[in-house]
Order: sequence, then structure tokens, then C-alpha cells
Amino acid sequence: MCATCGCSEAAHPHEHHHEHEHRHGPEHGPDHVHHDAHRSRRVLLERDVLEKNDRAAGRNRGSFAARRLLAINLVSAPGAGKTTLLERTVREAGLPVCVIEGDQATSRDADRIRAAGARALQINTGAGCHLDAEMIERALPSLEPAPGSLLVIENVGNLVCPALFDLGEHAKVLLASVTEGDDKPLKYPHMFRAASLLLLNKVDLLPHVSFDVSRFAGAAREVNPRLSILHTSATRGDGLQAWYGWLRARSGELSARSRAAAGADRR
Amino acid sequence: MHELGIAMRVIDLAVESSAGGRVSRIVLEVGKLAAVLPDALRFCFATAAEGTAAEGAQLDIVEVPGMARCRACGGSVELSRPFGRCSCGGSDLEWLSGEELRIRELEVV
Repeated sequence: MCATCGCSEAAHPHEHHHEHEHRHGPEHGPDHVHHDAHRSRRVLLERDVLEKNDRAAGRNRGSFAARRLLAINLVSAPGAGKTTLLERTVREAGLPVCVIEGDQATSRDADRIRAAGARALQINTGAGCHLDAEMIERALPSLEPAPGSLLVIENVGNLVCPALFDLGEHAKVLLASVTEGDDKPLKYPHMFRAASLLLLNKVDLLPHVSFDVSRFAGAAREVNPRLSILHTSATRGDGLQAWYGWLRARSGELSARSRAAAGADRR
Repeated sequence: MHELGIAMRVIDLAVESSAGGRVSRIVLEVGKLAAVLPDALRFCFATAAEGTAAEGAQLDIVEVPGMARCRACGGSVELSRPFGRCSCGGSDLEWLSGEELRIRELEVV
């Protein structure tokens, strides 16, 4: 095989016109275009496949900062209790909340959030298995979150794909439930690694299921030693004050940081 | 499941960079820790390429090994899955490589 172009011939002459075309702007560097004698060109690209998403995530971070929004990407398997948790959060957390809902179909979840008293926008992903940063970017102008509020992005129920797509959020919060099996962190390690906070939900059902809480916590910390874990029941109310406290602390840190930044600007 | 979307992005990027030519080969780096399955990606690729300037292109996947540094002792750890332990027992690892999802090069005719 020719080592230069990978074709099946042994060595053969290659003309290397190093054109160094700057086609994609300075952030990507020049493409090195190598022409060879049989007119196939080798283009050294070195481009990240997710760069388009990551650039949109960067723009989202700018929008969140401009409106002093705390943005939380709430992820879980289907049916872990995300929407129930959010209904109570809207009513009880003492923070202005607005929600972007991601589901493959229907606006049921957004309807539930609106009924609880918060502004909500539904994104239907159709066949898509996750939300991406561009969907969030498009949703923000119509949602118009009030400055200083908590923006929760309720991702599509899926423990695989949403781990890969940065939305520009401040933190991923992972909701797992005791009906799912205590070995889940080892089976879906990417999501458990990506999360900052893990809520173990439906703890009111513990007497009825064989779920070993310490085995689960051990597996979660094996994958992510820095993970904080809270035990909650979004229906009975266990642990919710701790969850609201976590949100208020993050929101407070963010306001303190933006006040400090504004102070630095004035000086 | 996200591999179809990723295959489509790979094809978009390749076609966009081919300056109107036909893409005959794509060399893609996929890290061992990237949460992307090379087999699933290959499965989606041919279908996603149909009707584009990359139809029939060969997809060469170069798997990049996962490497990490132990935050406890500084030792290096090779990872084949997204968690593991250092020989000192530490599991708080800083990933150094293995998350790549990058088109390295194209061949255009």
C-alpha cells in the first residue's frame, strides 16, 4: 500500500501542492490539500464532528450569562420522575423557574409545567433521541426566560445520547429511580460521569423493590468519585428541601459571580 | 442510537470540505471513551451517504485508546471503558485521551 495516500499501489509519485487554503476561518487552521498524480486529493481536515453543536453551546453560555440564568440539563431514563420533580420545584423551590421540555412527541410535559405555574416550551425531537445546543438556541427567544431565573432543560428520557451533547448548561443533574436497578451506573457510565448531582428518586418505593442503595451509591462513585447524591421522592416529598437548597446555592453562586463581574467592569 | 446523527454530521463536514469533488475515503478518529460505537457508525454510514457527494466512500475508523492520569498519585492509567482504577486504588481520574470524535482526513476525487 502507498503510505502517502493509502491506495493499493506500492510507492508512486505524489505531487504535493501545499495550498493552505483558509476555508473555514482561522479557528480551524489551514486545510492541507495534497494533490497526487492520479488526481485524487488528500485533505487533512482535523475537524471535530461535534464542533457545530459545541459552537452553539458556547453561544448558549453567552445568552445564559447575559440573562443571569442558572441552566440545568435534567437527564434520566424514561419514567424516572423528571416532570413530577419539576412540577414540585416550580411550586416549592422559591425560585423563578422556566422549562424547556424535550420529548419525541406530544406537549404533555410542557402542559404539566404550565399548569404548575411556570413558563414552558416544548421541543419535539421526532425520531431524535436527545436535545442539541442548536435546539436550545432556537427555543430561547420564544421562551424569554426572566433575568435571574432558573432554566431547566428537561432532556429526552435516555441515558445514552444526551451525555454527548453539550447544551451550554451549568450542570447536568441526573435523576435515577429505585425501580431501575442498582447496577445502572456501571451500565450507563457516560451519563453518570457527566452529571454533577445525582438524585435517587422514588425512595418511597424502597420497601417494595430489591434495590441496594449502598451498592448503587458505590457504583455511581466508582464511575464519578465527585458526584453528589441526594435521596428524593418527588411524590411524597422526601429530600426535596435538599434539592431546592442545592439549586438555591448554585443560583446564589451565579448571582455573586455576575455581581463581581459587573463590579469589575465598573472599576 | 445517536450514531446516525453523527454519521450525517461526518458526511456534511466531509462534503463541505471536498470543494465540489467526490469524497472517496474518510479517516475518522473515534476515542474508546467517546460513547460512540464504531460498528453502529459503520452501519449507519453507507445509508447516510446515499445521494450525497460521499456516496460509496470508504470509512476508515481509527480507534484512539483511552488514557487518564490518577488525581491521587499522578500515575497513568489506560481505560477501555469510561471508568477504572489506578494501581494505587484511586478512581478519580483525569482523562487525557479517548474522547476524540474527529475527521482526520479525506480523499477526494
